[in-house]
Amino acid sequence: MRNLMKIAVRNLFRYKRRTLLTSSLIAFGVILVIVFGGLAISFKTQMIGTLTNTALGDLQIHRKGYVESIDNQPLNLILTGRRLSEVEGALKQNPSVAAYSPRIKFGAMISNYAQTSNIRLSAVYPEMENKTCPGLVGRIKGTITDPDQFIRPGELLVPDNLMKGLGLKVGDEIVLVATNKDGSVNGIPVRIGAVIESVLGPGGKDGYMHIDDAKTLLRMDEAEIVEVAVHLKDFDRLGAVSLELKKTMVTPESDLEVHTWEQLSPFASIARIVDLLILVVKFILISIVMVSILNIMTMSVYERIGEIGTIAAIGTRPSRILSMFLMEGFAMGLMSTVVGLVVGLGLLWLMNLAPIDFTFGMMQVSLAPRIPEGEVILVTVIVMLVSIFASLQPAYKASKMEPVDALGHV
Amino acid sequence: MSLIELKNVTKVYRTGEVPVTALKEINLEIGKRAFVSFIGPSGSGKTTLLNLMGVLDKPTEGKLLINDVNIGLLDRAEAAEFRANTLGFVFQNFNLIPVLTVYENVEYPLLLVKRLPAKERRDRILSLLEKVGMIDHKDKYPNQISGGQKQRVAVARALVTNPQLVLADEPTANLDHATAFKVIAIMHEMQRELGTTFIFSTHDPKIVGEAEILYTLEDGALVNQEITKRN
Repeated sequence: MRNLMKIAVRNLFRYKRRTLLTSSLIAFGVILVIVFGGLAISFKTQMIGTLTNTALGDLQIHRKGYVESIDNQPLNLILTGRRLSEVEGALKQNPSVAAYSPRIKFGAMISNYAQTSNIRLSAVYPEMENKTCPGLVGRIKGTITDPDQFIRPGELLVPDNLMKGLGLKVGDEIVLVATNKDGSVNGIPVRIGAVIESVLGPGGKDGYMHIDDAKTLLRMDEAEIVEVAVHLKDFDRLGAVSLELKKTMVTPESDLEVHTWEQLSPFASIARIVDLLILVVKFILISIVMVSILNIMTMSVYERIGEIGTIAAIGTRPSRILSMFLMEGFAMGLMSTVVGLVVGLGLLWLMNLAPIDFTFGMMQVSLAPRIPEGEVILVTVIVMLVSIFASLQPAYKASKMEPVDALGHV
Repeated sequence: MSLIELKNVTKVYRTGEVPVTALKEINLEIGKRAFVSFIGPSGSGKTTLLNLMGVLDKPTEGKLLINDVNIGLLDRAEAAEFRANTLGFVFQNFNLIPVLTVYENVEYPLLLVKRLPAKERRDRILSLLEKVGMIDHKDKYPNQISGGQKQRVAVARALVTNPQLVLADEPTANLDHATAFKVIAIMHEMQRELGTTFIFSTHDPKIVGEAEILYTLEDGALVNQEITKRN
């Protein structure tokens, strides 16, 4: 094997310029995948991180049918009493769950006594919410001295555009009016505690209040939870934990559903487009490797017909000749991949020294690209396999040559 | 006992629709440790005959036995195995691998064909390079040595697997007269020292005299057999 590799490398460098040109092309493809993949994965990861850490949580538990009618924010699909206790018990027992936050989500009218608008409210226990969405506090303008008390009873966090639209400022008193599940309308005065930036950009109308105020407004004897957001210790185990929770919680009697963030956010589509773009770039890489290696190996076989005749004449078995040419293609792929990886990873390292900052919606994104080890291994395996595959036809042709014809070739 | 036996061997090539008879009913026997030459004008069938004896091609009719093995019955892999174990080749154009050094060219058949311990392999290569007078050039590449030196390397490469038979098709055609004699002398010396049978084709009348047995081919037929003074 070592000898075959040695001969393969020497044969490649017999035509230095051609080999270097082809190798550069393949290396360019690898660099493209590494750099584009690094940027795209970094963007996706950061966006998902922002969404899950500041708003959604990694996954959510609802009553069956809630997500289908989520736009109406129904208050009749609730978790209370024993059902809520069972959910909380299951979450506390699961070692992968870092924190959870029960929420009441509902729509209300917000009035400054002169103008009225609508607002979507999440009523939360601030301590639990802060542990479940630790990035949420970062969306609040102003200084928060105790993140576990980012919202206090009697206060409301209002999104920026509503503040501007209603001409409000922090400390102003407003009235919230809401209809509870029985159709009874109620209103309470609250003070604007702070401004919260919307995670999804302009047009966001999501505010926060303390769950005790929501109980008063909606005339609830106990908190009627519509959503339990869950934060995991290891986000990479999202799929597995989601399955575990479904197994323990979702039964015909429980009437519950477990949804990951992907099933709850439209950004999942953007994430899938990002994945698709990475896949397209990988296909470009495969095409580059395929055409380049096939071309160089075909030329190599045609230029060395006499030599193939010689090695066949001295007793080299056809399978060995096949291996020799496959090894040449493999060596070409390996060499190019190493160069591509070194340059590609080097470029990512340089980009990390000066991260690229931009705004996506209302989110400040700071791209510090990095590529997972799995992607690097995948790219390497793809190039190696495609190199061998592309060499197969020329190598097979070489191995099938009759030595007497090959020796007589001019 | 015969090393090679040809019984009514005929070889016909097809060029389009036209059959061309390259060899006609050749019958001959060549013993072990022989130093044999085939002569004849271009197109007389020398190369075809050497290709058949080199197990590079198969007879259209008749039987060709080498070491009592009917080579017409071997498949491609068996033929390769047979060549690796029994035969060595010296080509008119030397056919050294340009990316390998002199040492590596001689080593090549051992790496690809025979598995030997590294020390034994090295000793054998150096011994042969010493015998053909190329030990001082062992690290040079083929483009750094002369034609005569290349052919000496080719002889060493042909002998490195300890074959019973070495076939050389016009081995001196691309060499000047003096160099050609030196190469033939080396082959002769190897024949005496190692007991290898050498068969070569030539149309150089001065080289012809170096053979012990001389066969003459004309239009694909064996027309004469001569035992020379050297035998």
